[in-house]
Amino acid sequence: MPDSPEHLVKSYEQEIKRLRGMLTEMGGRVENQVATAAAAIIGRDAAAAGTVVEEDPKVDALERDVEQFVIRLLALRQPMASDLREIVAALKITGDLERIGDYATNVAKRSLVLDQFALPYSLAGIGQMARMVQENLKRVIDAIGEADADKAVEVWRNDQSVDDFYTGIFRELVTYMMEDPRNITPCTHLLFIAKNLERIGDHATNIAETIYYAVKGEVLPQSRPKGDMSAYAVIRPRE
Amino acid sequence: MSTTTDETRKPAGGFGDLQAHPADSLNKPRIAIRNLDFYYGDNKALKGINLDFPDCQVTGMIGPSGCGKSTLLRCLNRMYDLYPGQRATGEAMMDGMNIIAPGTDLNELRSRVGMVFQKPTPFPMSIYENIAFGVKLHEKLSKSAMDERVEWSLTRAALWTEVKDRLNTPASGLSGGQQQRLCIARTIAVRPQVILLDEPTSALDPISTLKVEELIDELKHDFTIVIVTHNMQQAARCADQVAFFYLGEMVEVGPAAQMFTAPKQQRTQEYITGRFG
Repeated sequence: MPDSPEHLVKSYEQEIKRLRGMLTEMGGRVENQVATAAAAIIGRDAAAAGTVVEEDPKVDALERDVEQFVIRLLALRQPMASDLREIVAALKITGDLERIGDYATNVAKRSLVLDQFALPYSLAGIGQMARMVQENLKRVIDAIGEADADKAVEVWRNDQSVDDFYTGIFRELVTYMMEDPRNITPCTHLLFIAKNLERIGDHATNIAETIYYAVKGEVLPQSRPKGDMSAYAVIRPRE
Repeated sequence: MSTTTDETRKPAGGFGDLQAHPADSLNKPRIAIRNLDFYYGDNKALKGINLDFPDCQVTGMIGPSGCGKSTLLRCLNRMYDLYPGQRATGEAMMDGMNIIAPGTDLNELRSRVGMVFQKPTPFPMSIYENIAFGVKLHEKLSKSAMDERVEWSLTRAALWTEVKDRLNTPASGLSGGQQQRLCIARTIAVRPQVILLDEPTSALDPISTLKVEELIDELKHDFTIVIVTHNMQQAARCADQVAFFYLGEMVEVGPAAQMFTAPKQQRTQEYITGRFG
């Protein structure tokens, strides 16, 4: 943790700092990917979508770098206590960040398809959801750098409102599809976009849980209010 | 919309509860230390120690040099009685007997609490006699019973197959690792309840070290083991319970997994992660 005294072995201290640096860089890139993907849908901006897709291999490479570096640290330094927690946390966080990058890429690809359709549906709702997810993601990435357990808990709690929002969008889109079969293609893409944003929120929550464990040495309670109710949604056409 | 609560919708994340692992439960204490102080002359080396050593489990004692961990070990079999000016006050209760009370029968105590030191210290005699020597001090055994005891001890110390054909050769001919296992065999030959190990592997190569650690794992089924070690990984591998000492105080004690993943005290944390100083 940044506020502890330094290691007696300076090279170990430097390696831990390097690991933090790698995670911060990866977090920054992923955050950027999500923001650009969101802008690409709302602004119907194909060029922006393209940059998100191009960025993805770089994020994947960073994940591999972090993984290899963590394995090296585990083997050579045999970390204990807070170091062990931080290093194992890095391994988990890098996996979550990589998935977030994948979801952002998928959102960007779908935005390219959406450009070919006239939308029956205002993108304000999805835009709002994207902003909520981005805000949570930004906060959790800050929490990684600052080793801030309180900030992590905030993110962990906030995910509920993202889930509620998603359930609303799901119902709305299904309604449009029932009204006119020509809406099915764009609305299905929008549905996946919303789902991807919701998953990004879930991975941000995972990261929050991991940070909490790394900082405090304790596990957050299992009973987080769980929200995505779209799995149980039944919407019937009007008679 | 109908809802049920059984869906696990999140991608797998978070950590399991490390603290709740069944391997972390500790047995009833074999020795219970209360308010133990220890003095080298005027110098107070242990300050108000309270610590339980769980029965048939391994307690690891860690801490920087001079923190009092070896001193505490020496209290448990009254080793300090050999040196003038050293004294202990407080309680170290084992089966209703206060180990550090003046009236304690030291011969009986030391047959119940055996000790193995940092450097292998075989007696200058045969392998067989090394084992038999201590037994003879406490028990009168027939030749065949003694043979059995020697075989039993060497078997328990995982040395029998290596030495059974040369029991009458000098113990000094054994390798360092074998000598240390011989010392362990010698200690368990008198069938103690508690075995004290003071840095038992610090003079051994890695393979011999692992053999001794495997032996500790075996022996803890029958003996209560207390090990002082400077090797944190060794404490992590061997011990069920770990106690951290600093400047004559016991800073923290807990199940090994908890101590090495999430110690509660800042000083423990700093020592374990190598940030001391």
